[in-house]
Amino acid sequence: MTSPTAASGAAPILELRGLGRVHGSGVTTVHALRDIDLTVSAGEFVAVMGPSGSGKSTLLTLAGGLDNASSGQVLIEGTDLGTLNKSQLAKIRRTSIGYVFQDYNLIPALTAAENIALPRELDGISARAARKEALAALEEINLTEVANRFPDEMSGGQRQRVAIARALVGDRRLVLSDEPTGALDSETGEAVLALLRKRCDEGAAGVMVTHESRYAAWADRVVFLRDGTMVDQTVSPTAESLLASEVKR
Amino acid sequence: MSIRYGLLALLDYGPKYGSQLRAEFESRTGATWPLNIGQVYTTLSRLERDALIEPAGERDGKQQRYRITENGRRELADWYRQPVDRSHPSRDELAIKLAMAVGTEGVDVGAIIQAQRHHTLKAMQDYTRLKAQALADGGPESGEEMAWLLVLEQLIFSAEAEARWLDHCESRLMRLAARRPARPRTGTQPDDTGAAHDAHDEHHVHDDEHAHDDEHAHHRITGGTTA
Ligand SMILES: Nc1ncnc2c1ncn2[C@@H]1O[C@H](COP(=O)(O)OP(=O)(O)O)[C@@H](O)[C@H]1O
Ligand SMILES: [Mg+2]
Repeated sequence: MTSPTAASGAAPILELRGLGRVHGSGVTTVHALRDIDLTVSAGEFVAVMGPSGSGKSTLLTLAGGLDNASSGQVLIEGTDLGTLNKSQLAKIRRTSIGYVFQDYNLIPALTAAENIALPRELDGISARAARKEALAALEEINLTEVANRFPDEMSGGQRQRVAIARALVGDRRLVLSDEPTGALDSETGEAVLALLRKRCDEGAAGVMVTHESRYAAWADRVVFLRDGTMVDQTVSPTAESLLASEVKR
Repeated sequence: MSIRYGLLALLDYGPKYGSQLRAEFESRTGATWPLNIGQVYTTLSRLERDALIEPAGERDGKQQRYRITENGRRELADWYRQPVDRSHPSRDELAIKLAMAVGTEGVDVGAIIQAQRHHTLKAMQDYTRLKAQALADGGPESGEEMAWLLVLEQLIFSAEAEARWLDHCESRLMRLAARRPARPRTGTQPDDTGAAHDAHDEHHVHDDEHAHDDEHAHHRITGGTTA
């Protein structure tokens, strides 16, 4: 087995409890998410699949503290996001969560390296150290040549990979990514998945939204959403193969 | 068919015993389609009958070595040259299942689709873990390791195609659901044109064996290597 155990015993990093999100009111009410329970432990990589409009991005933004739940709770390493004030929430988002947005969300006025270094500088590390980390992150994704380019000087695929590097710098315990392979060709997409997989194997908890099963298959567990509800999930293969190996002996 | 040419291709490298052929076939395909030794010998005797291979040297106890003939080389070259025929697709059980289920009262097509999607994703997860292993430490080095990776990726891409097709079926059916009343299961509709279908069935009898093989391939691979 390549991935170390993510199953029972590992500390939960992300817990969603009875999570719901309602938009609008009256006849225009949209239940974007209903009563979601989901726990993702250290070392575990979970993929969220579902048709467009099924609530995937809503789930992710709530998990990342970017939106407020209408009901239920989001806990990150045991802390209920609903109990935090603005600056506490901002700190947890910066230090514990790496977030890859569906539309990359790079800051146009900053170069690739500066975009990646920014969250680390906000963490309080020196500009020099942050830049060093940023360059190392770019090297990991084979993209050192864009370090000093601005987002509008990069291809969609490059921007996407820079956004991923930004989410992976520092020791973020929770990596959330929304369609991180959207603009990538098959081989680059795979490299990105290998990177996310590796980060989880090293102990982070990962949640990735995707509609492509080939990428979802890199996850330990696949969760299926329909109309805001979790309708099904595959069992973590680590747990299953542990069972299987026991049967064999 | 593919066993026949697979063995011929291996014999093209030099004379071999049946047991060697079996082992080499399996290491190239990662035991995806395991051969039993009986199948190997049956295929070898047919190849010999068709003069595509011949005994190489004396029988060594129970074992006989074979080598490829000139005819065999020509036939093998033809096989490599010609595309694999896709104009007579083998019956797909899932397609048949959905074709039967759609519009049938009391059958939840959505549930069938989700159960299949779950199963297919699970298989893809297993293949992908094997693939990650194959890619670790700089990736495949030998021809055999590369062959195994290609076979694995074929399984992943086929499963992906199935998953996409299921997504497509689901959204299509959802759009249609509102417009069509369900067809009752015990109705008074006249019987289907059974005869024509039976004739067709006969034509494809051997395809079922392949389908059966495929069904178990997943368990064989993952059972052997992942745990
Ligand atoms: N700000 C909003 N106002 C109203 N409805 C919204 C808003 N954001 C999302 N929705 C609705 O919530 C549902 C889930 O959206 P989303 O989570 O973006 O789905 P997905 O990412 O799976 O495509 C959709 O029906 C969408 O239209
Ligand atoms: Mg979305």
